[in-house]
Amino acid sequence: MNHWLIMPVLLPMVAAILMLLTARLGRAVERTVSLLAMLGLVLISVALLKSSLQGDYQVYAVGNWVAPFGIVLVLDRLSALLVLLTSVLALFSLLYACNGQDRDGRHFHVLFHMQLMGLNGAFLTGDLFNLFVFFEILLIASYGLLLHGGGPLRSRAGLHYVILNLAGSVLFLVAVGTIYGMLGTLNMADLAVKVGQAEPEQLRLIHVSALLLMVVFGLKAALLPLYFWLPSAYSAASAPVAALFAIMTKVGIYSIIRMFMLVFGIEAGVLSNLAQPWLLPLGLVTLSLGAFGVLASRCLRQQVAYLVVVSVGTLIAGVGLLTVESMAASLYYLLHSTLITGGLFLLADVIARQRGDVGSHLRVGPTVTQPLLLSTMFFIAALAVVGLPPLSGFIGKLLLLQAAIQAPSMAWFWSVILIASFFALIALSRTGSALFLKTDDEATTGIRAEPVSLIAVVALLLASPLLALYGDAVSDFTTATAEQLMQPMHYIEGVLGTQKASAVTGTEVGQ
Amino acid sequence: MEILISTAIGFLVACGIYLMLRARTMDVVIGLTMLSYAVNLFLFASGRLVSNAAALISPDAAAYADPLPQALVLTAIVIGFGMTAFLVVLAIRAFGDLGNDHVDGETGKK
Repeated sequence: MNHWLIMPVLLPMVAAILMLLTARLGRAVERTVSLLAMLGLVLISVALLKSSLQGDYQVYAVGNWVAPFGIVLVLDRLSALLVLLTSVLALFSLLYACNGQDRDGRHFHVLFHMQLMGLNGAFLTGDLFNLFVFFEILLIASYGLLLHGGGPLRSRAGLHYVILNLAGSVLFLVAVGTIYGMLGTLNMADLAVKVGQAEPEQLRLIHVSALLLMVVFGLKAALLPLYFWLPSAYSAASAPVAALFAIMTKVGIYSIIRMFMLVFGIEAGVLSNLAQPWLLPLGLVTLSLGAFGVLASRCLRQQVAYLVVVSVGTLIAGVGLLTVESMAASLYYLLHSTLITGGLFLLADVIARQRGDVGSHLRVGPTVTQPLLLSTMFFIAALAVVGLPPLSGFIGKLLLLQAAIQAPSMAWFWSVILIASFFALIALSRTGSALFLKTDDEATTGIRAEPVSLIAVVALLLASPLLALYGDAVSDFTTATAEQLMQPMHYIEGVLGTQKASAVTGTEVGQ
Repeated sequence: MEILISTAIGFLVACGIYLMLRARTMDVVIGLTMLSYAVNLFLFASGRLVSNAAALISPDAAAYADPLPQALVLTAIVIGFGMTAFLVVLAIRAFGDLGNDHVDGETGKK
């Protein structure tokens, strides 16, 4: 058993507890512990990704209780990829926060690491109820982080966010309870076996609870009609928090992929491919409404928040096509969009600080102190996020469009994605000119960006050219990941052993 | 027993949803609490309702109660309790920041 598998959960937890215990030693100690733990997490994630390259499933039975009786953590390519993505994004968000924003409130670093613990746990767990628990951990940390810095705007956005997510948790529990009542297990691999063998009279209830789960994950992923909380929450949060939250919607998408590819995937008999009629249309509508939001925004932060909605819509639509190519393209786009929207949130904050009271609102304001640097960074980020060549956004969208050529819904898919990109292009050009050209030339605030914030922004934006440069290797990996996802049998075998798994196909039933 | 439990769950859910749809923070908090009580009962019932069944393994037990839902309920209660406490504090904070207890922070036109 590879004990490193639990480290992405344990390390942030231990770091957070350590920071609480040493809170009296001053904030320099807190920052040091936090950054060191973060670096350690990045290294561990890289090692885990490396070990997932062979394509086998690594299972960690917590407390050495074998599946399906105990809780297991399962590492496959998808989990390893998302854990690494989380830690890279978090590293630079944390670095950015060290420009002084971590001191706007108490326990920023503690909450940040608790959130990482929840995120990593959610990506690694192989148990439905454990997924719920990790969701709650990441949510309660995110409540604290969202309110970091205080103020009426954050209180209001926070209230909506908390209430919606609590209602979501209630629905999650109802779905979990129904599934347990029907199938008698909560281990995902075991569920996948049992769903295929369910009695006909159970099917309706299982169907209902599967769709309830989709509602819950849709709420986390900000899928229509459940995305209205996102723009206000993300634009109210402080910049490093908003950047970290760029991965939060991806937890919802990850859970949708995991549940509906594994448990209700191709092996699920009558209930197989349950999500297919929903994902593609919902994704496309979310995408188009997000694009209107991008056009209508009067503030850069809000615009970036709508860009998150656009990326969610694109991803869900891509996942909804349910082919290896579309899944691989979606995963590539997921990497790109998470890092770039994270970088944009940070960049928006750098710009807003140099514009004084006007902030990131698209009004006439003081000229930024470092116009050349900031406008170049904004230009690159905008190119990447809109999807113009030669950056990663272009490659991601190209792969998605290519994957949709064979699909019956190709006309819809192409037109919505292309028109939405065009809208984003118009909106971001207007934003760029409003921020950097239509300014009051006399006035400047004289505030310069701290080097540490610039490093964080540049590093995140650098992801785009790097993803484009190493596009071949990355898309090879995402294709391998997609192929792995399309074979839920191997997941079941990996977790439960070969004998149990062969019962699914009906070749041999030995109890 | 099934009728009693299901009526209780249904009643709690109905009250919870009604209170959640009211626009005052404290009503919403109480509504969410009722919903989480309802869902706890529901989870409990997902292990089937049996009486006089042994919880621990013993040689002369005729039937066993399913221990897993009890563990799930315990976890759900702890999490629900923590979340409610947080929400109460947040509601008070929002009242202080915004000057009223409307969930949108403003009472609308009056």
